[in-house]
Amino acid sequence: MPAQTNLPDHPSFLWRNPDPAKSYDVVVVGGGGHGLATAYYLAAVHGITNVAVLEKGWLAGGNMARNTTIIRSNYLWDESSGIYEHALKLWEGLEAELDYPILFDQRGVLNLAHSLQDVRDSVRRVNANRLNGIDAEWLDADAVKEVCPIVNVSPEVRYPVLGATYQPRAGIAKHDYVAWGYASAADRLGVDLIQNCEVTGIETTDGRVTGVNTTRGRIAAGRVALAASGHSSELAAMAGVELPVQSHPLQALVSELLEPVHPTVVMSNAVHVYVSQAHKGELVMGAGIDNYNGYGQRGSFHIIERQMSAAMELFPIFARAHLLRTWAGIVDVSPDASPIIGLTPVDGLYLNCGWGTGGFKATPGVGDCFAHTIANDKPHPYNEPFTLERFTTGALVDEHGAAAVAH
Amino acid sequence: MQLIPCPWCGPREEVEFHYGGQAHVDYPAEPAALSDEEWAKFVFFRDNPRGPFAERWSHAAGCRRWFNAVRDTRSYELLAVYRPGQERPVTT
Repeated sequence: MPAQTNLPDHPSFLWRNPDPAKSYDVVVVGGGGHGLATAYYLAAVHGITNVAVLEKGWLAGGNMARNTTIIRSNYLWDESSGIYEHALKLWEGLEAELDYPILFDQRGVLNLAHSLQDVRDSVRRVNANRLNGIDAEWLDADAVKEVCPIVNVSPEVRYPVLGATYQPRAGIAKHDYVAWGYASAADRLGVDLIQNCEVTGIETTDGRVTGVNTTRGRIAAGRVALAASGHSSELAAMAGVELPVQSHPLQALVSELLEPVHPTVVMSNAVHVYVSQAHKGELVMGAGIDNYNGYGQRGSFHIIERQMSAAMELFPIFARAHLLRTWAGIVDVSPDASPIIGLTPVDGLYLNCGWGTGGFKATPGVGDCFAHTIANDKPHPYNEPFTLERFTTGALVDEHGAAAVAH
Repeated sequence: MQLIPCPWCGPREEVEFHYGGQAHVDYPAEPAALSDEEWAKFVFFRDNPRGPFAERWSHAAGCRRWFNAVRDTRSYELLAVYRPGQERPVTT
């Protein structure tokens, strides 16, 4: 083969790849969307730039690379509406904020109702959303068909579509670009993004965090912020903190590239599937979690099989599409399907976990609120309800209805 | 599909089973004596190890009986199954 002489230059790097320094004001553990966003807002909003993000693999290679990119804020309770709507508002200005294209596309989300109880719950949620200033509509089956013509609304199927809630401002974004946008913006502000650096221990002295041990040596830290999703239990245990979360595999899949056929995002809790079409053309589908605890980043085949049969019934047009790839991410599920964000019993150690199946959509909101929590040693009003203590006081934020399967 | 060896029926496909979470969590002997923190621990907090985990399964589409298993949460390999009331076997 002739030698290639006119290859283009390597594109410019989006971030430096520094060795860890001996000490940082803040160490963020976990270089996914939440960790990167938190570091960015620490630097951009609070002027705290002596920050490291430690990632055991490569940046945004965990759940940030594995989610189905759905963004919405139509949750039932006021507490959830607060933080998810805060996130959605930030999404709406994020390209300009980061000066990076993230393909944020407000194509709307339909949450289907398949039973009388679904209908009642959905209408209640629409009303709750409107009271919180969130755009929401109840659509009957014919109106669903108008928004998304490929949905099968025939009454003849096992789980007929009786209607749907519709949030027009919801949508999708390109997950990798979101991570790269936050990473490069944080890097420009002086944050060290350190890859292949696994935290193996958290040091405390007299109840205060003093540093972390890593596979790349000890790093002293004034404050340590955990943002490690499925691995949060293990990390928190290093500081003696127990968490009420369980780690499960959550599977998703894509089809081959297709012409544009699917104009919106469709989710169905009852039949366990949610579908959108990525900009490039692949159908992106998510399933429910595998029931057993697991850290294997893979799940059981029958979950995929059931998900496919549900998708087939809802979208007969998909029957001849080929499945290209399936995968799983490890999600940390909390007892009330709401996240845990805030302080811990250890001074200077902050917690962001329990997002379960729905962390991606919250990325900008949680980054902003978690950075505020770390900078002020006090929760932001939007994450104040999501304490670890709520499992003792009983003040749960039960979002199973809006979140359980299709977060 | 993964086979799970029910201690009564033998190996059966995973879809026949229902998962029950962590095993050996006893109901408090004196629930009324528990502090809020202790009650929260009993209701909401479970081990979440990356590695061998003693957990409950029910053969829901078979004999409908419960049993315990030690399973590695990294590889999903079942290291041991045993009947309720038996001690957790030593696995390596």
